[in-house]
Amino acid sequence: MSVIKTEHLTYTYNGGSPFEKVAVDDVNLEIEQGELVGIIGHTGSGKSTLIQHFNGLVKPTAGKVYIDGRDIWENPKDIRRIRFQVGLVFQYPEYQLFEETVYKDIAYGPTNIGLSKEEIDERVREAAMFVGLRESTLEKSPFELSGGQKRRVAIAGVIAMRPEVLILDEPTAGLDPKGRDKILGQIKQYHEAQKNTVLIVSHSMEDVAKYCQKALVMNQSKVFLYDTIENVFSHTEELSAMGLAVPQVTRIFHALGARGVEVNPDIFTVEAGREELLKLLAAHHVRKGGAARA
Amino acid sequence: MLKDITIGQYYPGKSPIHHMDPRMKIVITFAYIVMLFVAKNAWGFGVGIAFLIAAYLISGVPGKMALKSLKPIIPIVVFTTVLNMFFIDGNPLWQWGFLKITDKGISMAIMMAIRIVCLIAGTSLLTYTTSPIVLTDGLERLMSPLKRIKVPVHELAMMMTIALRFIPTLIEETDKIMNAQKARGADLESGKLLQRVKALIPVLIPLFVSAFRRADELALAMECRCYRGGEGRTRMKQLKMHGRDVVSALVTTVCIAGVIVLNIFIRPIF
Amino acid sequence: MEVFAKLENIIKVQDVSYAYTAEGNAANVLEHVSLAVPRGQFVAVLGHNGSGKSTLAKLCNAILTPSEGVVYVDGVDTRDEEMIYEIRQNVGMVFQNPDNQIVATIVEEDVAFALENLGVEPKEMRKRVDDALKEVGMYDYREHAPHQLSGGQKQRVAIAGIIAMRPACIVLDEPTAMLDPKGRREVLKTIRGLNRDYGITVVLITHYMDEAAKADRVVVVDNGRVILDDTPKNVFSHVEKLKGVGLDVPQSTELIYELRKAGYPVDSHIIDEEACVNEILRLLEE
Repeated sequence: MSVIKTEHLTYTYNGGSPFEKVAVDDVNLEIEQGELVGIIGHTGSGKSTLIQHFNGLVKPTAGKVYIDGRDIWENPKDIRRIRFQVGLVFQYPEYQLFEETVYKDIAYGPTNIGLSKEEIDERVREAAMFVGLRESTLEKSPFELSGGQKRRVAIAGVIAMRPEVLILDEPTAGLDPKGRDKILGQIKQYHEAQKNTVLIVSHSMEDVAKYCQKALVMNQSKVFLYDTIENVFSHTEELSAMGLAVPQVTRIFHALGARGVEVNPDIFTVEAGREELLKLLAAHHVRKGGAARA
Repeated sequence: MLKDITIGQYYPGKSPIHHMDPRMKIVITFAYIVMLFVAKNAWGFGVGIAFLIAAYLISGVPGKMALKSLKPIIPIVVFTTVLNMFFIDGNPLWQWGFLKITDKGISMAIMMAIRIVCLIAGTSLLTYTTSPIVLTDGLERLMSPLKRIKVPVHELAMMMTIALRFIPTLIEETDKIMNAQKARGADLESGKLLQRVKALIPVLIPLFVSAFRRADELALAMECRCYRGGEGRTRMKQLKMHGRDVVSALVTTVCIAGVIVLNIFIRPIF
Repeated sequence: MEVFAKLENIIKVQDVSYAYTAEGNAANVLEHVSLAVPRGQFVAVLGHNGSGKSTLAKLCNAILTPSEGVVYVDGVDTRDEEMIYEIRQNVGMVFQNPDNQIVATIVEEDVAFALENLGVEPKEMRKRVDDALKEVGMYDYREHAPHQLSGGQKQRVAIAGIIAMRPACIVLDEPTAMLDPKGRREVLKTIRGLNRDYGITVVLITHYMDEAAKADRVVVVDNGRVILDDTPKNVFSHVEKLKGVGLDVPQSTELIYELRKAGYPVDSHIIDEEACVNEILRLLEE
């Protein structure tokens, strides 16, 4: 069953005024339970507004959002329950930390659910483990941590609510390559361990190609594509026209194809590229009469 | 959404009043207030009201806006009117028990009501036609003689400018933090007053932390751009008085003179 | 100062160490760094967060002064407090967060801010502000409020505010870290234009390798030391070393590196797509 489903979802800013702007336009979408989806699209494409519909932070102007088959706005008073079901980590989430200790900050979400002390404790420790925070860090003030650590605390704060769906809005913004790989690696591990649905908004096609199973492309307030990585990135031309550059390695293989080399064009990561080239070169050398490698 | 709130009440336009030198606008606004308090009879108030209406018509600011500015002071107007009406001695026109209404009371009540309404509508026109930043600029230059007696005029103006610059940024930031905490199940909308204030802590602390961080970074950026206070500072935009400023100064002077003359030649209301 | 006016190196960092002395523990953020930036060069400084690259930037315009060693800006020792405004005018600085470096509520007034502080005549100021706005392509937005602009546009306004001072050099501390890809492209194009068309020396501090790949020279900083300092091609050929300090290399470089590791005779100095494709084709034709 699809965990997130939208029907004709539409959202309009400043409705009725001269500044009216459609941010999400008639989106029909079904995201299956257990998937790891990369959401891409340039700034203003509507992706941020779309994800805020999934946990009821934004109420649709028209259309419906279903979580686990239930219309989330059926009973508006119940909307807080949806927020625990669908966890949303905003961009630069480290700026939302406020408690005296890391432990208390991570416990904020579970406390709002109204869980028992023991349950909260268990969840805080579990969440801290997922993002690689040490036991000793839990008693520190979040304000004395490094930028990357703060961000992991903030992510743990949402994971600790044990949401069925975890959505992260550009979790790697502003981080260096090391910090980026660390966080994405941890999210992937979390996804594999919990087997729940994870949505990652990203500007990096390389990261989406490397970590996600599916990609959702937003363009001009509409869903342009929602498909497997292979099928999405095969639309190189269209994506480039939208200002979304496909990974460099994909472009290299497309260029090789255009220059008459018979290669698999569906190469999105350096590892896959390496395999493909080695296969190609081996075949080439066999054809050339088994000439030895240099 | 929070970020849709506009700062101040500037009503953009291209009228001569919008283009007037802010210093002159501030001076004329003060002169107008003086005019309202000098006026002692119906004719004097007639001049005051005519002046205001003319100014609104020239500015192109709709009368609706003037009314909007009056909305918050309705209780004050009602209160002073009632007070004046019942507690000023004179020839009683109507009496019931200890309550009585006198002719003087009525005229005084009307006069005060007109005064307050004109005062608010007049000063509002200043803020409708002058953006907060130009207003700050005008005030800084008008008050610059006070620097000699060690009033930190430049510093105050700089603080005002930075505040104006960062209001939209901080509003947007508040919006973001509120959403982030709501996503963690914060309940900011229900509960008793005390609970609601408590629920705001997760919003306020990050907001303060962020404001301090911004202040730090801004100070650094200002230092990198050679900021060293008001001394030796020049301004790109020089304020210049134009024909329209001179004309409006003359008109205002004539009106005040007119009100004084009317005071002398026509019997005061009381 | 006339004697030094045309010095070859605009910035000269000589055996500099720096320690933040907060809370008594004085661990060196920079250790014996030496670096000279010739006029007109486009230098990229690469390093992960906490490598000391931001500290290096702040030493270049007397925001910080070295604990040990000397930094010269156009021949002037940055410890000379009398010369502080000359130094800051000569080496302008742009920071990461565009929001936190714009002071005024109108674009053109913000660009004028530094000039107002320096006491430039209003007429001259108007011209310099207009020129600066044109150079970064923001002239049409001169009367906008900063909060109406996109991140990339705000950052270009911040750059205009610096180049209005007519500095010989600008140091940019991760100017694109908070921007989306479009904003990044805009800002990089602007920076490259300033270097190419106006001869402004650029020190670009970044952790994006693709930005560094287009510089004249790449300096890699790790743990407070300069570990590589060479042309982009030569620097990126050290794939292992870069990955070891938490940095990336362009995918084309990595792909070629993998082929080399597998024993194929390929040129390791490849940093762009085109060269990578050609190298692979050459290999297939052999």
